[in-house]
Amino acid sequence: MTGTAYSAYVLGLADDALIYSHRLGEWLTWAPQLEEDMALANVSLDLIGQARALLTHVGSLDGTGRSEDDLAYLRDERDFRNVHLVEQRRGDFAQEMARMLWFSAYQKALYAALAGSADEQLRAIAAKAHKEVRYHHDHAAQWVVRLGDGTQESHAKMQAALTWVAPYVDELFDDSAPGVAEALAAGVGVLPSSLRAAVSADVEAVVAEATLTMPAVPKWRARGGRDGVHSEPMGYLLAEMQHLPRSVPGARW
Amino acid sequence: MSEGTLPLFEVFVRAKRGLSHVHVGSVHAPDATMAVRNARDLYTRRQEGVSIWVVAASDIVASSPDEKDSFFDPAGDKIYRHPTFYDVPEDVEYL
Repeated sequence: MTGTAYSAYVLGLADDALIYSHRLGEWLTWAPQLEEDMALANVSLDLIGQARALLTHVGSLDGTGRSEDDLAYLRDERDFRNVHLVEQRRGDFAQEMARMLWFSAYQKALYAALAGSADEQLRAIAAKAHKEVRYHHDHAAQWVVRLGDGTQESHAKMQAALTWVAPYVDELFDDSAPGVAEALAAGVGVLPSSLRAAVSADVEAVVAEATLTMPAVPKWRARGGRDGVHSEPMGYLLAEMQHLPRSVPGARW
Repeated sequence: MSEGTLPLFEVFVRAKRGLSHVHVGSVHAPDATMAVRNARDLYTRRQEGVSIWVVAASDIVASSPDEKDSFFDPAGDKIYRHPTFYDVPEDVEYL
């Protein structure tokens, strides 16, 4: 069984969901309207549900027997496998919608493709999560269209947000990430680059409807997240996320 | 941005097939499409419904509390409008 070999692949998926969930949770009380607080919290909760299931699965795959909490709270920065996109600080609302548009389009294609995974557990998680991320994508798309095709100011901010997010996109489709080759060999995973065309088309359709334009190819690109090399905001995020379980080990509600 | 700048929509949720949509509350949203989504996030978090209607609060024409006297009170003493003056035959079990 190549279980241990491809657990790094699943860990990448889990950490993306976990860290983005944390970032979205930071919007509570800061969203433009009360209704949006709820919407973003709902998306955040969906993602933490995915993260929990995936982390639990990783704990059994990698043979360490670590629980979801061990993996979420007791790993250090270099052991996290999420992409830089999800760890970036909360920007303005347009930036969040740009990030959510790309990330949810990616997750939508990913979970659809994982329906054919040889790993039964992963298949089940993907089937449930696919319905959730379809809604996340719809939510982001609705806002991108409204902001892009809204006022002059909202159009400018949404356009700037698309430019802001662009350097972080490529990392989602990096085939050299740890565990990808093993996951493919075992028939468990999806080649990240194979999702690129569908995801880009998905985003481009929304951008066009929003009367926006796709930004120019960025001059730099984020990389290294899947290898545990993160950007500055990640340390602060983990300090906040992990503080309680590390200060009071075994704390319970 | 304050919520006051966005229009208000009244939300109706159908709990399950066969029941009618029932008013559950209201949401702010930039337009009706977003209102349905906001309503989904606010009012069907715990599987409360299978269908949602929204309607702009400004489109609802309502009776006025000032008209209560002329609208509703006259029905108070018209007991013959209630179907309680019929003898039910003994053999008819369900009526």
